[in-house]
Amino acid sequence: MNPSTPSAAVPPAPSASPARTPVYALVGNPNCGKSTLFNALTGLKQKVGNYPGVTVERKVGTAYTQHGQPLTLIDLPGAYSLAARSPDEAVTRDVLLGRRTDTPTPDRIICIADATNLERNLYLVHQILDLGRPVVLVLNMMDLAAQAGLTVHADRLSRELGIPVIPCEAARGKGLIELKLALSRPDLPLPRHAWAVPTALAPAVAELQASLMANDAKAPLVARAEALLLLTDNDPVRVAGSTAHSAATTQILETWKKRWAADATDWSGALVAARYDVIGRLAQQTITGPADGSAYLGSSALQTSDRIDAVVTHPVWGWAIFAAIMATMFFGIFTLASIPMGWIESLVATFSDHVSALIPPGEFHDLVIDGALAGVEGVIIFLPQILILFFFIGLLESTGYMARAAFIMDRVMSRVGLNGKSFIPLLSSYACAIPGIMAARTIEEPKDRLVTILVAPFMSCSARLPVYLLLIAALVGANEVPVGTQVGLMLLMYALGTGGAFFFAWLFKKTLLRGAPPLMIMELPPYRLPRVRDVLYQMAERGWIFVKRAGTVILALSVVLWFLANYPKPPADQPDADPLAHSYAGKAGHILEPVIAPLGFDWRIGIGLIQSFAAREVFNSSMSVIFAVEESDDEAASRAQLRDALHAATRPDGTALFTPLVCLNLMVFYVFAMQCISTIAVVKRETGGWKWPLFQLGYMTGTAWLACFVIYQAGRALGF
Amino acid sequence: MTLAQLTVGASATLKAYPQAGPAFTRLREMGLLPGTRITLVRIAPLGDPLEIQVRGYRLSLRKTEAALVEITPEPATP
Repeated sequence: MNPSTPSAAVPPAPSASPARTPVYALVGNPNCGKSTLFNALTGLKQKVGNYPGVTVERKVGTAYTQHGQPLTLIDLPGAYSLAARSPDEAVTRDVLLGRRTDTPTPDRIICIADATNLERNLYLVHQILDLGRPVVLVLNMMDLAAQAGLTVHADRLSRELGIPVIPCEAARGKGLIELKLALSRPDLPLPRHAWAVPTALAPAVAELQASLMANDAKAPLVARAEALLLLTDNDPVRVAGSTAHSAATTQILETWKKRWAADATDWSGALVAARYDVIGRLAQQTITGPADGSAYLGSSALQTSDRIDAVVTHPVWGWAIFAAIMATMFFGIFTLASIPMGWIESLVATFSDHVSALIPPGEFHDLVIDGALAGVEGVIIFLPQILILFFFIGLLESTGYMARAAFIMDRVMSRVGLNGKSFIPLLSSYACAIPGIMAARTIEEPKDRLVTILVAPFMSCSARLPVYLLLIAALVGANEVPVGTQVGLMLLMYALGTGGAFFFAWLFKKTLLRGAPPLMIMELPPYRLPRVRDVLYQMAERGWIFVKRAGTVILALSVVLWFLANYPKPPADQPDADPLAHSYAGKAGHILEPVIAPLGFDWRIGIGLIQSFAAREVFNSSMSVIFAVEESDDEAASRAQLRDALHAATRPDGTALFTPLVCLNLMVFYVFAMQCISTIAVVKRETGGWKWPLFQLGYMTGTAWLACFVIYQAGRALGF
Repeated sequence: MTLAQLTVGASATLKAYPQAGPAFTRLREMGLLPGTRITLVRIAPLGDPLEIQVRGYRLSLRKTEAALVEITPEPATP
C-alpha cells in the first residue's frame, strides 16, 4: 500500500521527468457528470479496456495540470457507496482501498458531486475522506443548483472540510481551469475529517482496525476504512470481495455482531445515520435555500422533468412513447445498419479483389481471401449494429429516459425474476444478440446479468430472417407465398423465441442462478439534454472493445470453419466430386446424421447447420452449394431457384427431403439453437471464461433438438 | 402505516424499517433514515415499482420493500 510504488499498469509519463506521473482517481455517484468531466480533462488521451476478471470498463487517461504537468487519471465506475453492491462499485472500492494489483492505488482523489443533490452525493465523499488521502471536491451542476434556488457556498465547504472545493459546470467547461490549478498544487492538504463514530460502535471500530493492521497487513487508515465498511454492510464476504479477511478479523466482527444482536443495537443504521448527521450539519452551514430540496422540487428544471414524466409514465401515453422509442431504435439497428453493412461488404470485396490479384492462386490465396478476409468481414460487419445500438442506449441513458424505461417495464420483467433493466438487452437481441449481450452491462446484479445473457440469443435475430424466408418459401412451395402465411409463420417463430427466452429466464432464476428477487432501487435522474460528444465517445469505446476482444476470437474461429469446409480436398482423380461433401464439414455432416435423423434432417442439412456457425444466414449459401444452385445478384431470383432446388431434393429412397414438416422443423431448430460463433465469442468475453458460452451452446442446442424431435415424431405419427 | 400504503402526492416521515437485508442497507445509504421526509411521486403504470422523492432526488423501489418501510404520514396539505 505504498502510494509511490510504480506499477506496470501506469502508462509512462510523456515528459522526460524522472518522477513518476501522479495517479488521480475520479470518483462520484452515477449521473453526476463524471464522464463529462473525465472527457473534458483528458480529451482523447484515453485508454479504455476492462478490469481483468470482471466486466467493468476501465478508463484511464492522461490529463494535464494548469502548469502542464501530466497526470494519470483513472475514471472509476460511478458508485453510491464504498459498501459496494454491484461489480462496478466493487471496482471503485477495491481501487481506492489499493486491493487491485492491476491498477495503481491513487495518490490523490478527485470527488465529483452533484450540487443539486448534495447530501446524498456527500455520503460517498464522506466515506472517501476516511481514507486520509488528498481530495479535491468538484461541485458539478452549479448552474442547475442556482436555478433551483440553492446557493452552495464552495468556500465554506472548503473551510469545513479542509480541502479545495471547486464549483464547476462540466458540461460547459466552467471551472475546469480552477480544477487544473488545484491539481497543480504540489501540497494538497489532507482533509480535516474528524467525525464521531457512534459510541456503541467506537470500540469495535478500534478493535477491527487493529486486527486488520496486524492480521491483514493493512495500512492504518485503509484498515479503519475497511472496519467502517464491515460495520455498514451486513455481508462481510461482500465487503471483503476477492481479498478475504483473516480469521482473527472475522472472529472479532462476529463477536461484536452477537453482542449487538443481544442488546438490539442497529449498528449499520447507527453508522450510516452518524455520517448523515455530519452531512446534514455541513449542508446547513454551506447551502442556503429551503431545506430538504423542497426548493428543488419547485424549480423549473424539476418541474419540466415532472411534466415529461407525467406523460412518459402515463398508463396510455407512456406505453405509446415507449413503443415509439423502441421501434425507432429497432428500426435503426435493423434497417439503418444495413446501409453501412453494404459499404463494408463492398469495401471488403474490393479489397479482396486487390489482394487476390497480388497473391498467386493456390491454397495460401484461398486462406487469405476466403479464410482470413472473410473472417475480418465477419467481425466488422457487426460494427454498424453495435454502434447504432450503443448510440441509442447512450442517448437514452444521458437524457434519463433509460431509467424510465426500466421503471415502466419492471413489473413485466419481475414476472420471470428479472428487473426492468433486462428489457433493453433482450429487445436489442431481436436485431443481433451481440450488441444485446453487450448492453447487459447496465444490469448491476451479476446473476441477473448472466441470466439475461444466457437467454438473449433466443430472440430471433436478423441473421435468422433469410433462413426463415427461404424455408417458408420451400414450405409453401408456390411461387407466391400468401402474405398471411408468411407473416403468420414469421410471427410464430418470433413468438417461440421470445417465449423460450422468458421461460428459461424464469427457470434459471428458479434453479441454477437462484438469488433474491432483484431490487429496483434505482435513481430516476432529472431529464437532461444529451451530451452528444460523450455519447459518441462511449459508442466508439464499446465498438472498439468489441473489435479488440471478441473480434480476435471470431476471426480465429472463422478461419477454422473455412478450413473445415475446404479440407481435405477431393482426390485429383475425382475432379467432379463436390469439395464440400468431401471436406471435414461434409464428413461431420455424415457423422452428425444419426443425431439429426430423428429430427428429419439428413447429412446435407447437417452441413448447413455446421456452416451456420459462421453466421446463420450462411445456411442459404451452404444449401446453394450443396444443391448446386448458381447464385445470382438478384436475391429474390436466387431464393426462388434455391427454393425449387430444395423442393426437388430427395432422400436416397426417392421421397422428398424438404417436406413441409422438415421445413417447419428446421425453422424451429434455428429459433432455439445456439449457432453463432460471434455470439459465443462475445459471451465468453462478457462472462470471463468458456464455462457459460459452452453451457449456453449446450442448453440452447439441446432445447432445439428436443423441440424438433417432438415436433417431427409427433408430425410423422399424425401422418405429415 | 407503510410506504406502500401512502397515496400518490402525499408526504410522510420515515419511522423505521428492518435492520437487515441488502435492500435496506442500500436505502439507508441513499439517505432514507428515520426522520427523513419522503414524498410518493408516482406509481409505475403496471402498479409497481414506486417513485419517491427524498433529499431532493427521485428514487424507485418495489412495493415489496415499500411494504416494510414504516412511516408517519403528514396531514394532507389543503
